[in-house]
Amino acid sequence: MDTESQINDIYHRQSRRVQATLIRALGDFDLAEEAMQEAFTAAIQQWPEQGIPDNPAAWLIKTGHRRGIDHIRRCQTASHNLSRLAEDTPVTSEPDTNHIDDDLLRLIFTCCHPALAVEAQLALTLREICGLTTEQVASALLQKPATTAQRIVRAKRKIREANIPYEVPERRELPERLKSVLKVIYLIFNEGYSSSEGDTVVNVSLAGEAIRLARLLARLLPGGEIFGLLALMLLHDSRRNARQDESGALITLEEQDRELWDHEQISTGLAWLEQALRLTPTGPYTLQASIAAVHAEATSTEQTDWGRIARLYEALYRQMPSPVIALNRAVAVAMRDTPEDGLKLLDQLAGHKAIQNYYLFHAARADLFRRSGDLPAARIAYQQALALTQQGPEQRFLSQRLTDLDNA
Amino acid sequence: MKYVALVYYQESIINSMTEKEWHDLNQECIAGVERLTDQGKFITGQPLQPIEAATTVRVRDDEVLISDGPFAETKEQLAGFYLLDANDLNEALQLASRIPPARFGSIEVRPVRELPPKD
Repeated sequence: MDTESQINDIYHRQSRRVQATLIRALGDFDLAEEAMQEAFTAAIQQWPEQGIPDNPAAWLIKTGHRRGIDHIRRCQTASHNLSRLAEDTPVTSEPDTNHIDDDLLRLIFTCCHPALAVEAQLALTLREICGLTTEQVASALLQKPATTAQRIVRAKRKIREANIPYEVPERRELPERLKSVLKVIYLIFNEGYSSSEGDTVVNVSLAGEAIRLARLLARLLPGGEIFGLLALMLLHDSRRNARQDESGALITLEEQDRELWDHEQISTGLAWLEQALRLTPTGPYTLQASIAAVHAEATSTEQTDWGRIARLYEALYRQMPSPVIALNRAVAVAMRDTPEDGLKLLDQLAGHKAIQNYYLFHAARADLFRRSGDLPAARIAYQQALALTQQGPEQRFLSQRLTDLDNA
Repeated sequence: MKYVALVYYQESIINSMTEKEWHDLNQECIAGVERLTDQGKFITGQPLQPIEAATTVRVRDDEVLISDGPFAETKEQLAGFYLLDANDLNEALQLASRIPPARFGSIEVRPVRELPPKD
C-alpha cells in the first residue's frame, strides 16, 4: 500500500477519535473539525517524505491541536469574542493522546445528552461519531439539509452555552444516561429500517451505522444491555433481504424466504446474545433479542417455539408494561394456542385509546379473525387498519390482504 | 419585605436589535443596577441566556426526566427560584432534580449571562 492509501485508511479508522480528542482539548466542535482536517492535510504533505509516524493518531492530534491554538490566537487578536475559549484551554499543555477512546466515549455521551432534543441527538451522533456529512445525515433522516444543519448548529450552541460537559457520567447517573445513548442508537437503526425506501443515492445505511455504533460502544463500555441491543439489531437486520419483494412490498415473517436471511450475521447476533444473557439483570433489549433469536433459529412459523416467545413477551411486559408489548404477547399466545385465545387478549387491550389508533392492533385482529375463519370480521378489521396507516408499503400490504379475502 | 422582580420579553425583539441598541440596553441595565445598589435596594440579579440554552427537569416515580427547552406547561405557575453554583450542566441538573417540587412540577434550568464590561 502506498502512503496515500495508508493515510486514507488511517482517516477512515482514526479521524473520529482524533476529532473527539480535539473537541475536548479545544472546547469547540467546529474548530476541532477544521483542525482535524488541517492535520490530515499536513500528513498528506509530510508523510510521503518523512514516513508515517509510529503513532499516527497521536501525531494528528498534536498537529491538529497546534493548528487549533494558532487559530484561536489569530481570532483573539482580531476580536474579543473568543476570549472565553482561550481561558478554558490550557494552551501550553499538549493533549493527552493515551486515552483517545475515552474521548470518543465522552463525545457519545455529549451527543446523546438528554438536554438536547431527540432529533438533535440523532443528527449530532451521525455527524460527529459516525462522521457523516450534514447532507448525508439529512438525506438519511429524510430531512431538508437546511433543517438538519440548523439543528446541528443549535445543538452545538446549546452544548457551549449551557456548558454540557464532555464526560462519561458518574456511576450513579450512568444507567439513566446509558439508556438515552442506547435509545439514540436504536432510533437510528429503526429510522434506517423503516425508511429503506427513501433516498438510496447517498448510499448511507443507517441500520449499518447503528450496528457500527453499538459495536463501538460494546467495546468501550461493555455491558448486558449494550450486547443485547447489538444482538437485537444484528438479528433484525439479518432479515433485510427477505423483508420486501422486488416491488418494495412488505413480506411478513411467516412468508419470508428464510434462505435469504443472512445466516452469518445471525450467528454473530446469537453470540452477542449469549454474552448478554450471562450478565444479569436481563434488560428489555436482551429480552427483545431473545425473541428475535427464537425466530432466527426456527425453520418456519410452524416450527417456531411460540410458547417461549409468549413467555419472553410476558417478561418484557413486566419490565415495560406498554400496550404494544401486550399486543405482541397476544399474537404469540394466539400462535401457541388458538386465534380465539389471542383475540380474547386483544379485546382486553381495546380500552387503551392509543392502541385504538395503532394500525398494527387492527391488523393483528384482522389476521387472527382470518386464521379463525371469520372472514367478515377480518375484512372490517383490515379496513380499520388501512384507514390508520400513511406508509406506502403498509398500505399496499393491507390492500393485498383485503383482495386475498375477496378471492378466498 | 423582599421582592423578586421577574423580567419577561419576546426574544424576537432582542434579536432584531442592532448591535448598538443591544449595547445601549446592556449599559442602561448596568447603570440601573448601580443606582439600586447605591440606594441599598439591590440584593442580587442576573440576566439569563436565551431559551435555546434551557433544559427542563422533572422527577416522576423517582425517575429524573430531562428534556430540551424551557418549561411550557401553562397550567403551572412560577413558584420560586434558586441561583445555583454548579461546575457544568450535569451538576446543575443533578442539583435541580433534588428540589422537592420537581416531583410534581417542573424546574427550568437556564445558564446565566454575564453583563458586558461597563463602558
